[in-house]
Amino acid sequence: MAGQINNVGLIEVPMGITLREIIYEIGGGIKGGRQFKAVQTGGPSGGCLTAKHLDTAIDYDSLVAAGSMMGSGGMVVMDETSCMPAIAKFYLEFTCEESCGKCSPCRIGNKRLCEMLEKITDGRGTMEDLQELRNLAAVIKDTALCGLGQTSPNPVLSTLDNFWDEYVEHVVDKKCRAGVCKKLMRYEIDREKCIGCGKCAKGCPAEAITRTDYTAPGHKLASMVIDSEKCLKCGACIGGCKFGAISVK
Amino acid sequence: MINLTIDNKPVQVEEGTTILKAARQAGINIPTLCYFELNGMKFENKPGGCRVCVVEVKGRKNLAPACATDCMEGMEVFTHSARVINARKTVVELILSDHPNDCLQCEKNGDCELQALAKRLGIKEIPFKGAQSTYRKDATLSVERDMDKCVMCRRCETMCNKFQSVGALSGVNRGFQAVVAPAFEQNLGDSSCVNCGQCVQVCPVGALTLVDNIGDVMKAIADPTKKVVVQTAPAVRVALGEEFGMQPGEIVTGKMAAALRRLGFDYVFDTDWSADLTIMEEGTELLGRVKSFLAGDKNVKLPLFTSCCPGWVTFYEKNFPDLLDYPSTAKSPQQMFGAVAKNYFAQKIGVKREDLVVVSIMPCLAKKSECARDEFKVNGDPDVNFSLTTRELAHMIKQCNLDLNDMPEEDFDSPLGQSTGAAVIFGATGGVMEAAVRTAYEIYCGKPLPKIDLEAVRGIYGDSVRTATVDFNGLAVKVAICYGLSNARKLMEEVRNGNPNGYHFIEVMACPGGCIGGAGQPYHHGHSDIIQKRMEATYREDAGKPIRKSHENPDIIAIYKEYYGEPCGHLSHEQLHTHYFDKSDKIEATK
Ligand code: SF4
Ligand code: SF4
Ligand code: SF4
Ligand code: SF4
Ligand code: SF4
Ligand code: SF4
Ligand code: FES
Repeated sequence: MAGQINNVGLIEVPMGITLREIIYEIGGGIKGGRQFKAVQTGGPSGGCLTAKHLDTAIDYDSLVAAGSMMGSGGMVVMDETSCMPAIAKFYLEFTCEESCGKCSPCRIGNKRLCEMLEKITDGRGTMEDLQELRNLAAVIKDTALCGLGQTSPNPVLSTLDNFWDEYVEHVVDKKCRAGVCKKLMRYEIDREKCIGCGKCAKGCPAEAITRTDYTAPGHKLASMVIDSEKCLKCGACIGGCKFGAISVK
Repeated sequence: MINLTIDNKPVQVEEGTTILKAARQAGINIPTLCYFELNGMKFENKPGGCRVCVVEVKGRKNLAPACATDCMEGMEVFTHSARVINARKTVVELILSDHPNDCLQCEKNGDCELQALAKRLGIKEIPFKGAQSTYRKDATLSVERDMDKCVMCRRCETMCNKFQSVGALSGVNRGFQAVVAPAFEQNLGDSSCVNCGQCVQVCPVGALTLVDNIGDVMKAIADPTKKVVVQTAPAVRVALGEEFGMQPGEIVTGKMAAALRRLGFDYVFDTDWSADLTIMEEGTELLGRVKSFLAGDKNVKLPLFTSCCPGWVTFYEKNFPDLLDYPSTAKSPQQMFGAVAKNYFAQKIGVKREDLVVVSIMPCLAKKSECARDEFKVNGDPDVNFSLTTRELAHMIKQCNLDLNDMPEEDFDSPLGQSTGAAVIFGATGGVMEAAVRTAYEIYCGKPLPKIDLEAVRGIYGDSVRTATVDFNGLAVKVAICYGLSNARKLMEEVRNGNPNGYHFIEVMACPGGCIGGAGQPYHHGHSDIIQKRMEATYREDAGKPIRKSHENPDIIAIYKEYYGEPCGHLSHEQLHTHYFDKSDKIEATK
């Protein structure tokens, strides 16, 4: 049992125990009292289950029926600070490493899944990409030679099924609600709050912050602005601004 | 027998039949990419890796690879359901997404199985864009490797490891980086490779190709200071026609001679002529060894192995350095021809050997490496300057706006053009043996051979090693024939263990069916019946020849009288025989 949960470690439980019992009783609930979001069971080629699956009994058939599997017996618990497309990509990177390369769907297909997920989490994805992602994942599952390739698309398929909205947000609204996908973040300076001290600009490694010609009422100096093309989303400016003028969107 | 339905069609097959074969039996041709078979010739590549052949089997969770799934009683198979077509197309799109797709500049353009597959499936665009796996390019004197085009079908690996037992190629690295390469990723030229080129013959794409020497030859022809001589190997004439839409097995000897003349070669000669010469030398050598043996010489090396296949020669140099005294020292017909051309013929026409360019047309890739060997050069000038393959000759003819179909029948030039039926059959497995027996028998026994056709040694199907015993006036001469170096390895190991079967003479050819199945021949794409038809044509050509025994070739008789004196004499030893080198360091390095 690992992830964003209070008690991590090795546990032995009887078959048939529910996910909820494990996570909330043995695991002591989610860290920092945050919201439970998903649980990945069965290792990298398992699926991500959601709150609606919390009462699923842990046994071979029920987990498969829910879209995941027993697999290695591992569980990774995720809260609202996890981005599901990014999680799918994380697991795919692992299976790409593990692929032996013998069959084409797994050798090339998993690489392509990974690249498509990268495109989506970078904010370059389209709705067509989501269709293609689902089709490719299904074909790999259907055609790969061994168990690795036949299960490696599971994280993609289960997150597409259970977190479709989050994918759509990434490709349509170009937003990552968990704030994980850096390329989708925007650092902005509220020109009304900015007093124009320029501290942020000094600390910016990308020289992304410049002065505007707008001076907010009541301030002496013109306020600053962030060029989001240049911004590396490092977060240095936000911590340095004592006036709370900088925020992430 | 097993009953099943394929696309709702009832099919009955024997147990152990794959869905792919059952479907073919029912007239349904499921596309494949990695699967490759030389039916009846003991070669099958079945890694189940490409997944192009997937089909739907009712009740099965995922799709099944037809090439690697056995039929079961009551099975219901669907080969073109929407699910299957979508999966198959997606798989091919994936393969193409990791492929250079530069067909216009590709050696395989028009002969490529991936190209054909993309066309058949109607691939219009590749939805997947992404990284391309890439690997350094590499080449020997015969084989070029461009792994960026490799589709990991593993045919080359099976060919090299199982059929040839050379073991130069295997899968290395994993996942997206996986490629086929020699051990420790060394260059192919530094490996155990013998340049037989069979990996090229079976590669479905342009990942393994031949080293193209057309440009070199065109340049020589265009050079007014050079006289250019061409020789054509026996197996070329029964296959070249395929490149011009003729049926496999059409004999195009006369048309080929006419085309070569039109390409601008100054003298159009025949390797068949030097094959007759080879028989004189090798047959005499065999009789010499047999006679010494009968006279009680305990050190005589028997069996005698043929030495006309350079793939095989390199194989024993690399693998059997302790047995280098066994093979005949006679040069291959290609090199004998080169030696005669650069010595005797150059002198005869009053041209310096450096100004005579000898080109060979061969069914073979190993010959490209053979003619570059140092021992076949005089002061750096090779006896054979360039070796082209049957496929390269076809390209050249097309480049020069000619069509073999339109060519008249012409003869070879004299004096290195006339040949016998014995030389013709060099192209097929067992042919060298049969030709040698025709001559050795008559020299040894001093009487005509009662039956000229030695049928026991013929054929491309059947036993891996064919044997026969020929009665030489009470002396039982035991012969063995094989193609494929894995079979040769078994025979060599027998010899190492004291030759328990008492063979006197062993013929080895590296390629399936002998040179007719050589790596420089038109691609057979796994149709062994094409090789069979080339073989039939070979024996037809032999049967139709007025002279069928090498020692009766008047031009051969003449050259001994005029120049060489006698077979295995002093001058022929100098020019027509060679020696072998221990090349086992190439193998040791990979152990
Ligand atoms: S599915 Fe299995 S056989 Fe195919 S590449 Fe992946 S690990 Fe290898
Ligand atoms: S987040 Fe970093 S790079 Fe972007 S503006 Fe702030 S300091 Fe500069
Ligand atoms: S290997 Fe085939 S598909 Fe690839 S570039 Fe060459 S001809 Fe085209
Ligand atoms: S040329 Fe022959 S020996 Fe060399 S790698 Fe290819 S199959 Fe193996
Ligand atoms: S080099 Fe050619 S034959 Fe070998 S695995 Fe690659 S595609 Fe197949
Ligand atoms: S069998 Fe013929 S074509 Fe093949 S390597 Fe030997 S000589 Fe060349
Ligand atoms: S042809 Fe069947 S898996 Fe490649």
